[in-house]
Amino acid sequence: MAAARPPKLDVRHVSLEHYNERTQQALAVLDDIDLQLQEGELVSIVGPSGCGKTTFLNAVDGLIAVTGGEIRVDGRLVDRPGPDRAFVFQHDSLFPWRTVVRNITYGLELQGRLAKAEMQERARSLVDLVGLKGFEEHYPHELSGGMRQRVNIARALAVSPEILLLDEPFAALDAQTREFMQFELMKILARAKATALFITHQISEAIFLSNRIVVFSARPARIKDIVAVDLPAVRTLAMKHDPGFVALESRIWRLIEEEAARTGMIAAA
Amino acid sequence: MDATSPATDKETRATRRPSRRSWWRRNENWILGSLSMLAFLCFWEIAVRAGAVNPLFTSSPSRIVTTGFAMFADGSIYEHLQASATEFFTGFALAVVVGVPLGILMGWYSRLNAVLEPFVSALYATPRIALLPLVVIWFGIGLGSKVAIVFLGAIFPILVNTITGVRTIDADFIKVARSFGSTDRQMFLTVALPSSVPMLLTGLRLGLGHALVGIVVGEMYGATQGLGYLIAVAGARFQTDKVMVGILLIASLGIALTELLRAIERRFERWRPNQRG
Repeated sequence: MAAARPPKLDVRHVSLEHYNERTQQALAVLDDIDLQLQEGELVSIVGPSGCGKTTFLNAVDGLIAVTGGEIRVDGRLVDRPGPDRAFVFQHDSLFPWRTVVRNITYGLELQGRLAKAEMQERARSLVDLVGLKGFEEHYPHELSGGMRQRVNIARALAVSPEILLLDEPFAALDAQTREFMQFELMKILARAKATALFITHQISEAIFLSNRIVVFSARPARIKDIVAVDLPAVRTLAMKHDPGFVALESRIWRLIEEEAARTGMIAAA
Repeated sequence: MDATSPATDKETRATRRPSRRSWWRRNENWILGSLSMLAFLCFWEIAVRAGAVNPLFTSSPSRIVTTGFAMFADGSIYEHLQASATEFFTGFALAVVVGVPLGILMGWYSRLNAVLEPFVSALYATPRIALLPLVVIWFGIGLGSKVAIVFLGAIFPILVNTITGVRTIDADFIKVARSFGSTDRQMFLTVALPSSVPMLLTGLRLGLGHALVGIVVGEMYGATQGLGYLIAVAGARFQTDKVMVGILLIASLGIALTELLRAIERRFERWRPNQRG
């Protein structure tokens, strides 16, 4: 059935080498990555620290060029950032001199496709979607970390991307806010019917938010395993204590641990 | 981002507890300042009237005011004011128009910076007043040389601060803009310019001071009109009252322009923590 429809995101045999000017050595970061995302799918990437997850996501966004293979979104080859993809950065990186609404319309302003009134209207509906009604004219420094990340997500959704790329969007939040934001993000993505590729260090977050989880090996990153998440589409934070959830968590953790042990990051037990 | 000033701190505390004590606290500084200034002026006036000091050297507040009124009344001051103002605004405007775009370009393109940086550093380190004889040789003793010296005084602080402003742009902002497919022009307008505004305004404020020094010294060195010329000529003739009037006018111009820039700064820094205007 998957073969019937072309994938939203099609990554074929992608490899990437990073050349270090100082040591004059090429460093293999990605090795033969093959991954397809169908429309509406939410996929997370987990893997040991420094394995190349962020590099991969940057490559999908077109910020870094791949050295082998190809990446296609809706059949179009990715060679630079484009309006079909939007990136949610780890640090909220909101422009401090723009209000909430004007941060959200930023991408639209650059594209210049919409009239000002239309941009405003879309921004306001996104403010609603991410639950920030009443904060339209606030500046980022007047918002909490969680609120800023909501704006960050709204800014990415504003350009109506075919696929949303999220690089550890909650890494800078405190543990409680992070839990709530996971739940919020799940609702936002469902309402926006988004296709999303998500990077995280937190395994429970990955399980909670995705349909599938891609486990990267230690560098150079290869796909070690792809784990399907067999949980109901609508999830609650309480589900994190279900036996099925916990079992999945320890299964993925073992995969990452193997990689960490293999590269000597931790001592093998 | 660390724009916390103790003044705003004090203000918020005062507005929270409105009382007579807080009224005093809010106004204490300027009241004390005004009183000490008033006391000084009285002391000066009395010292002259009592014959303790020679008014030929020190003039006196009442004489300065009288002379000032007389110069405005007979209209002799206007040509000097107009000359200085023209020199100042032409030179300063040129410095802004050249300095800001060039600063942004030099901050952005490291190769352009490498080419121009030695010149900027050398000229920034040289007291621009030392170039005055050269400037007079090139531009004569009229308006041209004054505009040039004001321009030279103002442009380097503007340039250097704008470069620093662009250099210190948060790399994350650039990444965001690039990810949204920004063109070079959009990158300048939506990231480089707004994020360097605070440094740019600092540059303008520093440049302002240098520009004022520029007109005064320029007009003293070789000129036929202007406030600096007025001060120099009056000084040579021991007309202390007139010298003082000239100094007061220059000082007022400096204060007014600095305040204007402060107001612009506040307008632009609404988005900064603790600086909401």
